[in-house]
Amino acid sequence: MKDKKICGVKIGEYGAFIALIFLVLALSAISPEFRTASNFLNLLRQASFNGLIAFGMTCVILTGGIDLSVGSTFALSAIICAEMIMYGLPAPVAVLFALACGTVLGIVSGLLVTKGRLQPFIATLITMTAYRGMAMILTDGKPISRLAEHCSSGSFIFKAMGKGNLVSIFTDAIKIPIPAIILIAVFFAFYFLLNYTTYGRRIYATGSNEKCAALVGVNINKVKLSVYAISGLMSALAGLLMISRVNSAQPNLGVGYELDAIAAVALGGTSMNGGRGKIAGTVAGVLIIAVLNNGLNILGVTSYYQEVIKALVILIAVLSDRK
Amino acid sequence: MNVEMKGIDKSFGTNQVLKNVEFSLRDGEIHALMGENGSGKSTMMKILTGVYTRDAGKVFVDGKEVVYNNPQEAEKAGIVFIYQELNVLFDMTVEENMFMGKEIVGPFGICDKAAMRKQAQDVMDKLGVNIPVDAVMSDLSVGQQQMVEIAKALMVDAKVLIMDEPTAALTQSETRTLFEVVKGLRAKGVSIVYISHRMEELFELCDRISILRDGEYVGTRDMKTVTMEEIVQMMIGREIGERFPKREHKIGEEIFRVENLNHPKLFRDVNFNVRAGEVLGVAGLMGAGRTEIMHAIFGNMPNVTGKVFIDGKEVSIANPRQAIQAGIGFITEDRKVEGLLLEKSICENIEIANLDRISENNVVSFAKSNELAQAGIDDFKIRCFGTDHECVNLSGGNQQKVVLAKWIYTNPKILILDEPTRGVDIGAKKEIYNVINDMAAKGVAVIMVSSELPEVLGMADRVMVIHDGQVAGIIDGAEADQQKVMTLATGGSL
Repeated sequence: MKDKKICGVKIGEYGAFIALIFLVLALSAISPEFRTASNFLNLLRQASFNGLIAFGMTCVILTGGIDLSVGSTFALSAIICAEMIMYGLPAPVAVLFALACGTVLGIVSGLLVTKGRLQPFIATLITMTAYRGMAMILTDGKPISRLAEHCSSGSFIFKAMGKGNLVSIFTDAIKIPIPAIILIAVFFAFYFLLNYTTYGRRIYATGSNEKCAALVGVNINKVKLSVYAISGLMSALAGLLMISRVNSAQPNLGVGYELDAIAAVALGGTSMNGGRGKIAGTVAGVLIIAVLNNGLNILGVTSYYQEVIKALVILIAVLSDRK
Repeated sequence: MNVEMKGIDKSFGTNQVLKNVEFSLRDGEIHALMGENGSGKSTMMKILTGVYTRDAGKVFVDGKEVVYNNPQEAEKAGIVFIYQELNVLFDMTVEENMFMGKEIVGPFGICDKAAMRKQAQDVMDKLGVNIPVDAVMSDLSVGQQQMVEIAKALMVDAKVLIMDEPTAALTQSETRTLFEVVKGLRAKGVSIVYISHRMEELFELCDRISILRDGEYVGTRDMKTVTMEEIVQMMIGREIGERFPKREHKIGEEIFRVENLNHPKLFRDVNFNVRAGEVLGVAGLMGAGRTEIMHAIFGNMPNVTGKVFIDGKEVSIANPRQAIQAGIGFITEDRKVEGLLLEKSICENIEIANLDRISENNVVSFAKSNELAQAGIDDFKIRCFGTDHECVNLSGGNQQKVVLAKWIYTNPKILILDEPTRGVDIGAKKEIYNVINDMAAKGVAVIMVSSELPEVLGMADRVMVIHDGQVAGIIDGAEADQQKVMTLATGGSL
């Protein structure tokens, strides 16, 4: 009720989208290279990795937690998939197994939070460190390359996941990257889950007031465990898309990804205390970060300056989003 | 120090909360300030201490006009406000709390612990209370924490002390100690503004009383000559009829029985039953174990042994989910901490307890959810802008109605209410009593825990008194009176 309104629209709720539109317009005006269709599609592909992770992170943060282990889960799941392919298992089997592993890795974090009664920050700091170490142990610290070539069967599927495009329906000029299609599909799944199901209500209630939620019969431990599982699954999915795209896996994949994901969630207006936030906001946050990375690269801004500019944009967006 | 406030106006947005209000405080008196929730008591005191600025009017201290821009300026002048929600750093010691922001420092900014400890001890001695100054705050009882707050006020040499509901969370004996301290301060010339809803206390402690109603000044009376009826009349400005509405329906068979409920520390050998349509009042002193027993029944406490029977069949309740399935509803003591998703809307608060009712195959129907919330607003006369009104912006009474609504729509067979009218004004209290009576008339077994004795006596068919974790006795409503209940509550026998 206290939201500032412009033309009857609450800007507090759409702050991130307004910032995104502004950024896209500004970069389009400056750079002809930026405003091409192929660049936008490429941008979507780049956004999909952080996007998937950020969707899982949104659920965790909505319950009042945080998941620092996403980057390590991303890497460890990818390494597990790569090792299985190198071992000679069919690609679809390796992919499904790695997704299951990612879910289990998330559940471990969840158990530390619920049964172990650790604070989410500490619990996932522990799993973050452990999973990174495991990825190093499995690979002896070395990269695994030429994965597609090693697939015993199903190499088509493996290649398509991260690299592929959906071409047939459209003209050749507009190729929609498969990761972007996955991202959009997952977005709708999360949107439905959070807004239309009783499970979504329980997530919000747990983050809003744990004691109250427990007293009206919400099994808060089950809710918490499940969001870490979802976060693990999403991180693994993103990791698999990534190794498909670059056709190799390294144990130091995804270092620092947790921070990009948290930044995207915060940009999208989700409260770090839990209970408040929208998955659509996270989409805007993910796209802002992707547009910044992409646009600043095209403009030739050196990476050191890029970081500072990114920080400033996040600061401005978060400040302007305050009630 | 004397204080004179004249013609004070204050609005928040379009809502005028104080209209031409006046208040006068004499040297060395205890002045009670009373009024319903939202009548403007706290706002007026916050204007005096510089938390809010006034829109109009003047404040004189010792005859001179003053303006305090913030609480620090008021404190410097000797006016200190002790809030109901204590302003305490729980992980720090008593002495650290007392000197927070005004530490005694030696060379290089190093704290002089010894000096601070000694000075803190001196203040405690002056107050005549025995609290170790190196104790950690969270280890102290609420009463002791309150004493530390008073000690803090004395350290800045307070001449005017404003206390907001200081006894709300105190035990009987802590209340006695507080009264002695407050009277001692008066003898030393400190003027005290005492805000409380507890009528009995005011007659014992205060010299004069001022009353506000709907942001307007009603009057000031001498405590020696005023009567309780007159105060109530001034406060609500209308007749509310009978304070406790009557029930006429018949009480049925036993629905609910508890046998040998035990907890290693908190309570033991608790046995009682409740019948259909009956209201069982639960009385006892603060800390006797009433709230804990209710949480245990609801499955919200570990290490509890004992049996619970519903409709004659034993049920096992290990967590709140099973309690709800068994047909129990539980309106907890502290609605802000346990009862509400405070930042969420009325709709979201009602739906979270009724997810089965508003969903099909776990998919929520927005229409049903909204319908249920609207029904809640209509049935319980919740004053709000609509179903998406956030609960944090509702008054205490309306918040409590939201909690009642969400539980009553789960159609409980047994309804437990813990302090259902705490912090709720007289008008809303009566509405809550009506809801309780309606539930009883429908055949629900009602258990009502309350620290307000008149409420228990006025509402209950039977009164169960808890003392020191045990059932001290169960008295029939018709025979129960204040004296019998207090005798049992303090460990005596009838």
